[in-house]
Amino acid sequence: MATAIEVAEKAERDDIRSRWLLSTPALLIVFVAALGPLLIVVVYSFLTPGNYGDVKWQFSTDAWVSVLFERDVFDDTLSLATAYLSIFWRSVSLSLATTVLTLILGFPTAYFIATRPDHRRDIWLFLITIPFWTNLLIRTFAMQQVLRNDGIINSVLQLLGITDHPVQLMYTNFAVLAGMVYVFLPLMVLPLYASMEKIDFRLVEAGYDLYATRSQVLRRIIVPLVTPGIVAGSILVFIPSLGAYVTPRVLGGGTNLMIGNLIELQFGQGRNWPLGAALSITLMAIVMVALLFYVRNTTRSDGAHG
Amino acid sequence: MTAIRPAVEAKGVTRIFRETGQDQVRALDNVSVAIRENEFFTLLGPSGCGKTTLLRLIAGFDYPTDGEILLYGQDIAPLPPFKRPVNTVFQSYALFPHMTVADNIGFGLKMLGRPKAEIEARVDAMLKLVHMQALKNRRTSQISGGQQQRVALARALAPQPKVLLLDEPLSALDYKLRKEMQIELKRLQHETGITFIFVTHDQEEALTMSDRIAVMSAGNILQVGTPWDVYDHPSERFVADFIGETNFLTGMVESAGDGRARITLRSGAKICATAAADFRAGGNATLMVRPEHAKLVKGRGDLTGTIETIVYFGTDTHIHVRLDEGNAFMVRQQNSRSASCGFENGDKVGISIGDDAAQVLKD
Repeated sequence: MATAIEVAEKAERDDIRSRWLLSTPALLIVFVAALGPLLIVVVYSFLTPGNYGDVKWQFSTDAWVSVLFERDVFDDTLSLATAYLSIFWRSVSLSLATTVLTLILGFPTAYFIATRPDHRRDIWLFLITIPFWTNLLIRTFAMQQVLRNDGIINSVLQLLGITDHPVQLMYTNFAVLAGMVYVFLPLMVLPLYASMEKIDFRLVEAGYDLYATRSQVLRRIIVPLVTPGIVAGSILVFIPSLGAYVTPRVLGGGTNLMIGNLIELQFGQGRNWPLGAALSITLMAIVMVALLFYVRNTTRSDGAHG
Repeated sequence: MTAIRPAVEAKGVTRIFRETGQDQVRALDNVSVAIRENEFFTLLGPSGCGKTTLLRLIAGFDYPTDGEILLYGQDIAPLPPFKRPVNTVFQSYALFPHMTVADNIGFGLKMLGRPKAEIEARVDAMLKLVHMQALKNRRTSQISGGQQQRVALARALAPQPKVLLLDEPLSALDYKLRKEMQIELKRLQHETGITFIFVTHDQEEALTMSDRIAVMSAGNILQVGTPWDVYDHPSERFVADFIGETNFLTGMVESAGDGRARITLRSGAKICATAAADFRAGGNATLMVRPEHAKLVKGRGDLTGTIETIVYFGTDTHIHVRLDEGNAFMVRQQNSRSASCGFENGDKVGISIGDDAAQVLKD
C-alpha cells in the first residue's frame, strides 16, 4: 500500500507533467513563431546580398560593418558612417518625444476618466479605443488632410489672417511627431487608466488633509502610485514608435526617414537583405538596452510598493 | 454666565446630494451644533444619518449646500482642506503605501514647509506617543491593522491640528484591539488637549469615550448631551431605542407637571415617570424603562407576565418576559457567584418599576 508521502509525490509528478503538457501550445508559439524567425534574421545578417533581393549563402560581415562604417570608394578605408547613425538618432529622439508628449496628454485624460462615476467610465474608454477600429494607413492619410498646405490647419490660419501663405507642415519632423502622438495616444491612456483606477482616492483626500496643495498631491501621491502605469504606457508607446514606418513615410515624406523606413528600404528597393537584417537587430538591441535602463530606474525609486 | 467659545460650530448646515436620475438626497438638513474646545465629541447614528457627511464638511472634502461652518469663529466652509488647521483619521486609514511609517507621519509637516530637524523631532515624538518607535522605517503595507491605526493617528496628530476628526477609526479592528484603542484614544486626547470629533455607529463606543454625544438620524441632530444625558434622559424615542436596550410601554397620561407624570398603563397599573417640563396631561404617551432599572419580583408588581427566555451573560442575566398585556419586556439582573437568578422559564412573575425608572418620551 502506498504511503501518504508516496501518494503526494506521485500527485506532484502528475501535476508537473500535466502542466508541461498544457503549456506546450504556448511554448511552441514562442519558439516557432518568435525565436525561429529571429534566428533567421540573425543568420541573414551574416550573408551576402543577392542580385535581385534574396541572399547568397556566403558568409560576410559586410552588412554589420556598413551599419556603423562607410567604406571609401577609392581607398577602401573605413570611416564612421553618419547617415545611419543620424537616422537612428532621429528615430530615438522622435520616439522619446512621442512618449513624452503622449504621457503629457494621456495623464490628464486618464485621470479624467478614472475620476468619472463608474457607469460613465466605460463610455470614455470606448471613445478612446474608437480610432483602433480604423486602419492605421487611413488614419494617417486623414492626418495628412489636416496638415496639408490646403488642409484644415492652414485654411483656418489663413482665414483668421494669421498668415497670408500656407505654413509648411507636411514632410516635417513636426508632422511625423503629430501623427505618431495621435496614433499612439490610446496605448498610453489605457495602462495609465488601469493603474489610476486602482488608486484609493481617499489617499488623495488624505494628502489634501495633510496640507498638500493640488500640485503636491499630484507629484507626491498620484504620480508615485501610477508609476507602474507610466512605465507600461511608456514602453507600449516607445517600442512601436521606434519601429513605426507608415506614419513617418506618409507624413514625413522621403526626407525624414526613420529606422523603420530604412529597414523597409533594404528589403525593398535597396535589395540588401543582410543590411536590413543587421539594422533590425541593432534596433532590437537599442530597444532592449533602453528598456532595461528605464525599468530599472523607475522601479528603484518608487516602484517597490504594491 | 460665561460663554465657552466653541472650537467648531455648524450653523444651519444643509447638504443636498443630487444624483442623476434620482431624487435629491438631503444628507444634512439645517444642522446646528457647537463643539467645545478640548472636548471629545461624538457624532453617533446609524449608517446614512449624515454623520460622515458632517465630518467631511468640517474637513473640507465636501462643501455645504447652505449654512456656515465656523472654526474658532471664522467661517471655513469655502476653504479647501489644505488650508484648514484640521486633520482626519480615515476609516480605511488611507496611509500612503509608497512611504515608510516615518514619512507618513512627517508628511503634513513637510507640506507645511517645516525645517527638516523639526520634522524629525516631531516624528520621533509622535512615534513615541503611539508606541511605534520600532517600526519607524517599515513600509505601511508591512504592519498590522492595529499598527496602521496608530500610524494614522500619529500622522493626523503630527501637525498639531486645532481639531482632530476621526471617521469610524476603530471599525476595522477586532473586539479586543478595539477596546484597547478606545482607551488609547482617550489617553491621546487627554495628553494632547486637542478637540476630537469622533464619528461612530457603535453606541457603546460613543458612551464609553465621549464627553458629549450628538445623536443623529436622517440628516438631523436629535439630541446633544453627555453620555449620561442621552442614555438616561433621551429626548425622544429614536434616541432611547438607538442607545442601549430599552423597554417601551404605552399608556394614558393622567396628570403631569413639575417634570413628573402619572401614567395609567393598558393593564390598569399606574406608575410614576419623569417627563419634560412642558408635558401636559391627556392623551397617549410612550414610556421607556431601561432593563437594569426594572426589578423582577415573585408575586404582583407594576406589571405581570411570564418568563420566556433567560440568557446568561457572565456579568448579568437577561430575562425576557412576555407581559400579560402582550408586549415583550426585558429585565437585566446582576449576577452573583453564589446564587442563580432565582427564576425559571414559564414562571409567573411581577415587574416592579421604581419611581425613578420610567420616562415619558415624545414620539
